[in-house]
Amino acid sequence: MGPSPTNRAIRPARRHRPTTEPLWVRRLLTGAALVFLALFLVMPLASVFAHALARGFGPYFSALADPETLRAIRLTLIAAGIAVPLNLVFGVAAAWAIAKFDFPGKQLLITLIDLPFSVSPVIAGLIFVLMFGAQGWLGPWLSDRDIQIIFAVPGIVLATLFVTFPFVARELIPLMQAQGRSEEEAALVLGASGWKTWWRVTLPNIKWGLLYGVILCNARAMGEFGAVSVVSGHIRGETVTLPLHIEILYNEYNFVAAFAVASLLTLLALVTLVLKTWVEWRNRALHGAEN
Amino acid sequence: MLNVGQRSVLPGFRLTLGCTLMYLSLLVLIPLAGIFVKSSTLTWEAFWSTVTDARALASYRLSFGASLFAAAINLFGGLLVAWVLVRYEFWGKRFVDALVDLPFALPTAVAGIALTAVYSGNGWVGRWLEPMGVKVAFTPLGVLVALTFIGLPFVVRTVQPVLEDLDLEIEEAAASLGANRWQTFCRVLLPVLVPSLLTGFALAFARALGEYGSVVFISGNMPMQTEITPLLIMTKLEQYDYAGATALAVVMLVVAFCLLLTINLLQSWGSRHHAPA
Repeated sequence: MGPSPTNRAIRPARRHRPTTEPLWVRRLLTGAALVFLALFLVMPLASVFAHALARGFGPYFSALADPETLRAIRLTLIAAGIAVPLNLVFGVAAAWAIAKFDFPGKQLLITLIDLPFSVSPVIAGLIFVLMFGAQGWLGPWLSDRDIQIIFAVPGIVLATLFVTFPFVARELIPLMQAQGRSEEEAALVLGASGWKTWWRVTLPNIKWGLLYGVILCNARAMGEFGAVSVVSGHIRGETVTLPLHIEILYNEYNFVAAFAVASLLTLLALVTLVLKTWVEWRNRALHGAEN
Repeated sequence: MLNVGQRSVLPGFRLTLGCTLMYLSLLVLIPLAGIFVKSSTLTWEAFWSTVTDARALASYRLSFGASLFAAAINLFGGLLVAWVLVRYEFWGKRFVDALVDLPFALPTAVAGIALTAVYSGNGWVGRWLEPMGVKVAFTPLGVLVALTFIGLPFVVRTVQPVLEDLDLEIEEAAASLGANRWQTFCRVLLPVLVPSLLTGFALAFARALGEYGSVVFISGNMPMQTEITPLLIMTKLEQYDYAGATALAVVMLVVAFCLLLTINLLQSWGSRHHAPA
């Protein structure tokens, strides 16, 4: 008896296709990639929650309800609450100028906007100490007027502004460049004012990119450690943000509390990733619908 | 020259460009220039002896060595992850894809204490390595682990879109001309991926060089052994040695600017190689 027709139909599909690897190679590579990611991403992520809950929910929640933790949360919210809106406004302004107009030196301007990404966070803090610190250029002038910037909240806000400066602009520039300016020109020719064009034409086109930039900007603003550490002075209850509070607790060997506070920021990071994936998915769906 | 940008009918050019330039200058350019001005108050001899002091040299060796090594691990690991994510189907793939960005979203201090917990002697991974004589936390190896974590997404995210856009037809052509899978990969696919691989490598390297938060927890911070350059700057600041801190910052900034230039060149090379269809 020869092979049945169904068998014959299956056989070519089972044979190895020339544009992929044999099954065992695929399994091996997938396994290796997953082990790599497990060692560097999944295990640290899981360990935060494991250590935070090492002694159960009681110590976990009492660490979170500690007055110093609450003050650190407040300061972190203040810093992000100032840095994110400011960088949002300037990011949009920069993207508008760069994407919708032609002028010499544009490429240089884009590189300069990206500059804070390539500067070490420690140096980002140092530059403000050199400007506003007691021995800095503006130090004597500021101390005459009783204004404290370094080792105080304004310094923390400045350092946060610096490190989160590029996020919104760098998301919007390529997006707005790709969209060109014909839609805005059409709106203006049809008699819309500049503001109306912005609200009705440009903003709906860039809203997902804008949201994406704001999400990443906020994650960095709330999590910045190095730059803020330099300018904060670690005055407990006054200039300690959540990441600095983690460092203090950890150095005091108060591991459960340190990981409990860290779990808050980890949850923020996970929410950021979920939102980011959702925005990307949204973007792709919109993009796919247009094509 | 004065009416550059005015040819467009769109409004707001002067306002937005003016705001951008002012904000950029006040927040980024003037403070950064301040570092160079401050370092110029040092004599050349003082500057040179600060930046070539034995402790500084040891910190450069560790910072550069560990950053290069970490970027190299990410070059291979990142290519592997990007390949698996683009080419293969497996359960939980979208979750894994989203998770790759974790080092961008997780605050560095959290990453630092979490990695220390996993890789120290009684941690989940450390307890298996310790009996084999491999100590990770509080050694240069710990610095390497932290810097690998920090740079992990870069190569994946630069290679992934290029790999997604590749036409299967060129692989079919290679196969029909008699190439086996490995030859197709080395001779056909890899050359197309090289610009994005190098860009990701350079980005991961640049990020690792400046990293501070995650390293300070896992490295143990022993001078001459596990002290990275940003930490040495921090130590000098805590001792109110502003001139010394500034001198080291100048060295790091110059290296960072050179890397930024290299990355820009690599990216323009990549976009020429990989013109969108």
